[in-house]
Amino acid sequence: MIIDLQRFIRTERPVWNELESVLNRLEAEPELKMSLGEVQRFHELYERATSSLAKLTTFSSEPATRQYLESLVARAYGEVHETREKRSRLRPLKWLRETLPQTFRRQIGAFHLALAITLAGCAFGTVATLIDPDSRHVTMPFGHDRLKPSQRVAEEEQRTTDRFSGNRTFFSSQLMTHNTQVSIFTLALGGTWGIGTILILFYNGISMGAIATDYVTDGQARFLLGWLLPHGAIEIPAILVAGQAGFVFARGLIGWGDRTPLGSRLRRVSPDLVTLSIGFALMLVWAGFVEGFLSQYHEPVVPYEAKIAFGLLELTALILYLGRSGRS
Amino acid sequence: MKGSALPIRTPEGIVFSQTLAGPVMRFFAWLIDGLCVMALMSFLGGLLRVFEVLSPGVFNAVLTIAFFVLNLGFNILLEWVWRGQTVGKKLLGLRVVDAEGMRLRFDQIVTRNLLRIIDLLPLAYVVGGLSLWFSRKCQRLGDIAANTIVVRIPVVTEPDLDQLLTGKFNSLRQYSHLAARLRQRVTPAEAGIALQALVRRDEFDAVARLELFEQLAAHFQTKVPFPQDAIDGVSSEQYIRNVVDVVYRTSASA
Repeated sequence: MIIDLQRFIRTERPVWNELESVLNRLEAEPELKMSLGEVQRFHELYERATSSLAKLTTFSSEPATRQYLESLVARAYGEVHETREKRSRLRPLKWLRETLPQTFRRQIGAFHLALAITLAGCAFGTVATLIDPDSRHVTMPFGHDRLKPSQRVAEEEQRTTDRFSGNRTFFSSQLMTHNTQVSIFTLALGGTWGIGTILILFYNGISMGAIATDYVTDGQARFLLGWLLPHGAIEIPAILVAGQAGFVFARGLIGWGDRTPLGSRLRRVSPDLVTLSIGFALMLVWAGFVEGFLSQYHEPVVPYEAKIAFGLLELTALILYLGRSGRS
Repeated sequence: MKGSALPIRTPEGIVFSQTLAGPVMRFFAWLIDGLCVMALMSFLGGLLRVFEVLSPGVFNAVLTIAFFVLNLGFNILLEWVWRGQTVGKKLLGLRVVDAEGMRLRFDQIVTRNLLRIIDLLPLAYVVGGLSLWFSRKCQRLGDIAANTIVVRIPVVTEPDLDQLLTGKFNSLRQYSHLAARLRQRVTPAEAGIALQALVRRDEFDAVARLELFEQLAAHFQTKVPFPQDAIDGVSSEQYIRNVVDVVYRTSASA
């Protein structure tokens, strides 16, 4: 049997048009809340359209109308069968107070893993620098291997001119964008089942361990803390949060002990990935600002004790924020 | 790339399919978006010169941040506001949708765009392209992570049967019992072929069109033979027109 296509279209067309207009309304106004009657009518229209599609598929092979109905049913299907809660209007304060710290705590296992790998890298960098001082040429980035720490400290403390004069804002913006890019990369490498994230965190740890050991063994621990703590107190945790996000992504991909399909697992972790990404980006903006405008000033301009105290204050505030904020 | 359409079965047992966009179309959409970002950057560069009044350092800083945000946020913002479309995708009729047919969410858009950084490696989307090629649903890594697919939006044109069929006397309808038998014996697939041949008749060159309709007419004549006086003086194309009229319209509405 083949349906009377023209009559079929003539009869059903008003229903399809009505469904299309409801869908257009829903798509244009994501916050729209329908009344019970409207929801019932919408469901009825959806069922009529799906039944039309079934009829058309069985009793006619007219492709254009079928394609139209398929696209209509596809749009309505997403609205009818979506079970994930509709996100409410953007509320930045609530997000900062609750969503970010709660997400961080929910995924704390991944953060601990990122921290452990970074600490392992630090230990490796420390041992490598102690056993083989020449390894500094490999382990230390950004030209730190060129000068002995005591030489650098002497240069910095005797400097009479501001080497960033006029460019401090630019320097700060470059730090923000570069560090954010590296952190996004760390997250994205979770897509290599976490191997890329592990490598980046471990290498970061090596660099930190090597530089710290170099400064401490040269008797420049005070300078090191004064230089690194103001921005590092936020920047290093931000990179760890990026690693945390990378591992959350990797766990979603691998699905240890989780028998749900890959798509469902990734859908579940996707909101957390976005929350953590925005979180580390904000932290890096702050860290870039501090690094550009405070960390590069040394004694006698700014006493190291003041810088260390500022860094410790930031770290305490961050720990309290991530650990306590948003608890019921 | 395993298939060009992704079928989705609803709990009601209805199957609908999404036509997947291929790598080439997606590459061109990306290229168009890239050009848009470049144009916006140069426009923004001129606009932000106002910060030079403060200092060249501030100008450079604002420019660096603006470029970074634009580069990262262009696709995110447009895909959110235009429900899965950017300028390139709009022009080429593509759309990002949830891989399971659900509503596309903001976190999915952000995830697929953040992971673009991996898809771009080592250069010009090699990783993304390979992933696209080998993936069953034609997904790059960002799509896999966000559980999204990129589909082609069909250009929907309703068949205008009135224009195709009216104005002509249908000799087959004189034999109502044979017309009923024809309706009974013709399968939907055969009817679809006949209708498509009529819809697309102007796309063929003259010889091919003649041959096609002759073959179709011969085929339908074997299904239900009509008396000679019903087909005398009727061209093959008109015969198919009559068949389609009988099959798709149970009663003559002209």
